[in-house]
Amino acid sequence: MAVVEEGAPAPAQQGTVVRAQDVTRRYGEGATAVDALRGVSLEVASGQLVAVMGPSGSGKSTLMHILAGLDKPSSGSVTIAGEEITALPDAKLTRLRRRHIGFVFQFFNLLPMLTAQENIVLPLSIAGEKPEGRWLTELLDSTGLADRATHRPSELSGGQQQRVAIARALISRPTILFADEPTGNLDSKTSGEILELLRHSVEEYGQTIVMVTHEARAAAIADRILFLADGLIVQERQGASAADVLEVMSSLSS
Amino acid sequence: MIGVALKGLLGRKLRAVLTAVSIVLGVAMISGTFVLTDTIKAAFNTVFTQVYKNTDAVITGKSAIGGNANNGVTPPSLPESLLARVRGLPGVSVAEGGISDEGQLVDRNDKVISRGGAPSLAFSVNPKGDQRFNPLVLTGGTWPTGAHEIAIDSKTANSKHFAVGDRIGVLTNGPVERFRIVGTVKFGGLNSLGGATLAIFDLPTAQRIFDKVGKLDSIGIASKPNVSAAQLVAQVSPLLPATAQVRTGEQEAKQAAKDTNSFLTILEYFLLAFGFVALFVGAFVIANTLGITIAQRMRELATLRTLGATRRQVYWSVVLEAFVIGVLASVIGLFLGLGLAKGLNALFVAFGIDLPQVGTVFATRTIVVALLVGIVVTLIAAIRPALRATRVEPIAAVREGALLPRSRFARFGPYIALAVTAFAVGLMLIGLFAGGLSTKLRLLSIGVGALAVFIGVAMLAPTLVPRVARLLGLPAARLGGAAGMLARGNSIRNPSRTASTASALMIGLTLVTLVSVLAAGLKTTFEDSVNKLFTADYALTSENGFNPTSTASEKALHGLPGVEVVSGVRAGSGKVFGKRISVTAVEPDIASVIDVKWTAGGPQTPAELGATGAFVQKSYAEDHHLHVGSPIAMQIPTGPTLRLTLRGVFDPPKGGSPFGDVTISAARFDREYPNPQNLFAFVKTSSGVTDATTAELTRALARFPDAKIQTRAQFIHLQESGINLLLKLLYVLLSLSIIISLFGIVNTLVLTVFERTREIGMLRAVGMTRRQVRNMIRHEAIITALLGATLGIPIGIVLALMVGKAIDYPAFTIPWTTLVVFVIAAILAGLVAAIFPARRAGRLNVLAALQYE
Repeated sequence: MAVVEEGAPAPAQQGTVVRAQDVTRRYGEGATAVDALRGVSLEVASGQLVAVMGPSGSGKSTLMHILAGLDKPSSGSVTIAGEEITALPDAKLTRLRRRHIGFVFQFFNLLPMLTAQENIVLPLSIAGEKPEGRWLTELLDSTGLADRATHRPSELSGGQQQRVAIARALISRPTILFADEPTGNLDSKTSGEILELLRHSVEEYGQTIVMVTHEARAAAIADRILFLADGLIVQERQGASAADVLEVMSSLSS
Repeated sequence: MIGVALKGLLGRKLRAVLTAVSIVLGVAMISGTFVLTDTIKAAFNTVFTQVYKNTDAVITGKSAIGGNANNGVTPPSLPESLLARVRGLPGVSVAEGGISDEGQLVDRNDKVISRGGAPSLAFSVNPKGDQRFNPLVLTGGTWPTGAHEIAIDSKTANSKHFAVGDRIGVLTNGPVERFRIVGTVKFGGLNSLGGATLAIFDLPTAQRIFDKVGKLDSIGIASKPNVSAAQLVAQVSPLLPATAQVRTGEQEAKQAAKDTNSFLTILEYFLLAFGFVALFVGAFVIANTLGITIAQRMRELATLRTLGATRRQVYWSVVLEAFVIGVLASVIGLFLGLGLAKGLNALFVAFGIDLPQVGTVFATRTIVVALLVGIVVTLIAAIRPALRATRVEPIAAVREGALLPRSRFARFGPYIALAVTAFAVGLMLIGLFAGGLSTKLRLLSIGVGALAVFIGVAMLAPTLVPRVARLLGLPAARLGGAAGMLARGNSIRNPSRTASTASALMIGLTLVTLVSVLAAGLKTTFEDSVNKLFTADYALTSENGFNPTSTASEKALHGLPGVEVVSGVRAGSGKVFGKRISVTAVEPDIASVIDVKWTAGGPQTPAELGATGAFVQKSYAEDHHLHVGSPIAMQIPTGPTLRLTLRGVFDPPKGGSPFGDVTISAARFDREYPNPQNLFAFVKTSSGVTDATTAELTRALARFPDAKIQTRAQFIHLQESGINLLLKLLYVLLSLSIIISLFGIVNTLVLTVFERTREIGMLRAVGMTRRQVRNMIRHEAIITALLGATLGIPIGIVLALMVGKAIDYPAFTIPWTTLVVFVIAAILAGLVAAIFPARRAGRLNVLAALQYE
């Protein structure tokens, strides 16, 4: 069974921030049980953008949920910033989220009654902290939202909403940012802008990102691409063009 | 996080308003009650301080057996000779005597002027004497002097269009007498006397018409300078007979206020009870509305969790939201209460209780209690939804249509519900039947038990709903086409939601049913009693059947052609075996019009009572181990003790009899009691009930405007009118909690429509008309309302049975017609509740609905 890093992993600049070891996830019981993950191990090095690709039902979303501590594996272990999270009680997990994890969702998940800026600083407000002025300005500028800061989500386009969400994920400088189909709900032009923004945050801020996607174009911006099928990592590429990705994908589905 | 909660509230204004309405109404009831009773209390206090403003001491009659006019005992009058002796005392500077009694004014159509069962007060004034004791103020004309002059209160003068110079009738102990109006008056400092009327005469006239020549009802005294009120009282005391008392003006005012306040306190508690029931129902509605809101905000709450919010933060954000709603709703309710107080007063006036008023009193206590209760109830109601919110897992942020995880205890739900219900019933049974409990403890355990029953049944309801709703939805599914079928399905698909919505309605319907069943029992036993006892053709009572009538009106019927028997029953009080009891007196021929069952003595007993005979009812004889020949020593309010001998014992039917605890002969009664009056009189004629006889009797009573001749059926009807009135009042007051539960149905439906936006869009896209969508919502509302009725009515009947058993209630009758009316009313209420949600659902734009995310 092909597991673990085939080929040498990219040299970790500052070490590993996320590590998964033999993760399995089974839904249901008995005859109707479904194995979404059947033993996945991986490491994400700091400053990397890792894309997880696969056809629908491959287990890529489940993998991300487990890596991010939203779901618990049936077996195996996951560590984030050196801390084993699979057995953490809720309070500790919450603290971990505040410090180490940022989220970008497919449907943005902004709070409709808050302005763009209020949404962006929300993770800090929740933690009872004050945003650092320069960092906030930097984020507003780099996301192009400076003149939209006081608008509510309903007054923003889909692309703008997703940029608010990305700024929200970056505001606390998380150890790792999880993006769940970040372009899944956007048109292709806007998708391009969002992908650029994600890439920008890796280049400029050294942000580590794990992105789940089924779009070849999205995967093409990644430093590493993991291909999932039937609950297993079946291939891995250190960077690839969209065409290459498509080729791998079609080989997987055939 | 606080900001998030508050902004979230602003973002969901409609939902916030829907949640708040139930609290607003409940708090308004509480604040309205306080405002109303405080205002009335202040009015009475004003009257009494006015009356005794310049009085240093006051002498009044004192009932030898205790009690006063407030518990139906008329204190005896004072001898007029006392006044001269009081004036002779060294400490007295001025003393004035006066009469106070009751005299009804009669309008131009010979109808008694009576508003809301309020007293018809009559006072004497002494225009030539010192005016310092006179609490009245002339608003027009002059004070009455001489045998044919009267002053009346300006409210009556205005409303009945009497002016100075007009003649007006006054009814006291005999036929109507006419007086010329020379002045109009009012109580100083009072906006309204309520329904009370005033008839003012000079002293000799008052003494004559109230049969108190040579007597006074009170003597007001002002002391000389340097003589304190206490010294004055000490000087006066030795002069007084046993049936008189002297108090300082201040004491007298306090005592008078205390007597009325105790009545008003009962009224206050009575109304507050309805306020608390309303708030209890409101708590159900809030809990349900918040619960649904939480379910709809799952993704939002989950997102907050992924961004690092703790469970505790989520919990407090929900509680904070409820707190803000509670504060706003309570403040609005508090001020709405000011208006509601007017409404309640109007309601009472309509139901015959018209009480005096001063300017509105808005006490600090009202503000504190109303706000506190409103906020606390809201917070308590928020606990469960807030706990549910903490169970939202972060992963719900990325999952479409995630369901709230079941609580760890959910699978024990039905068992806990059963346990709560059993505990509640147990508590009530203890309250109702256990011996040796104080009344307070008893009421507490019944009250808490009843609340727990509601909670228990509400908890059981989700288990029952699917089956019951399927059955109740049958007509909708059969007759309502696709809309009806979907409505039935919808009402079952979230059983706990439907259940708690219906439970709120259940509470109101339970109480309404309880009241109607008890009232029906009371009425049947009363009818049964009258049918057994009433062998006369007619009864003679006052207009309202409750006030006594003069013996003169009875005498007017004696000797009319065809009238065989006219027999009256007098009523008063006495003290026997150290306890105050009701005393009645009968004429010798009473047995031919009232047929009681005798266990000792017999129908001849009333005729053989003589001066010293008495008869009692069976339970009284048993309680005091009396048998024929037993001596009974009965003290009367004027002081003397009558030495009586028991001559007979009768066994009344369960619905009671016209006779009191002890009955003596009318001849003796009339000798001993001042101003004897009839409770009822009964008439037997040779031709029975005919139109001609009725007309003849009515004609003979023309000079007695308050006397009313009635057939047996009319008599029953009149006597029951009191019960019916009380019943209607209770229905109106309980309707508040039903209205609140209707808002609960509105809330649930509005939120459900919101939740199903996409589904409704889909239904419209596949060809459902707006009409069908509206019908679907209506059917759902009706099913919910019927569910409330299905739960509430049976519980109400069972409660009535339990309460009836506990208070040894005479009969248990289920008023089927009334209950059917309740069910129909519930259906109509459901339709009303559906109006707004159905409109919203019908107006949804198909395209927008499908795009909604």
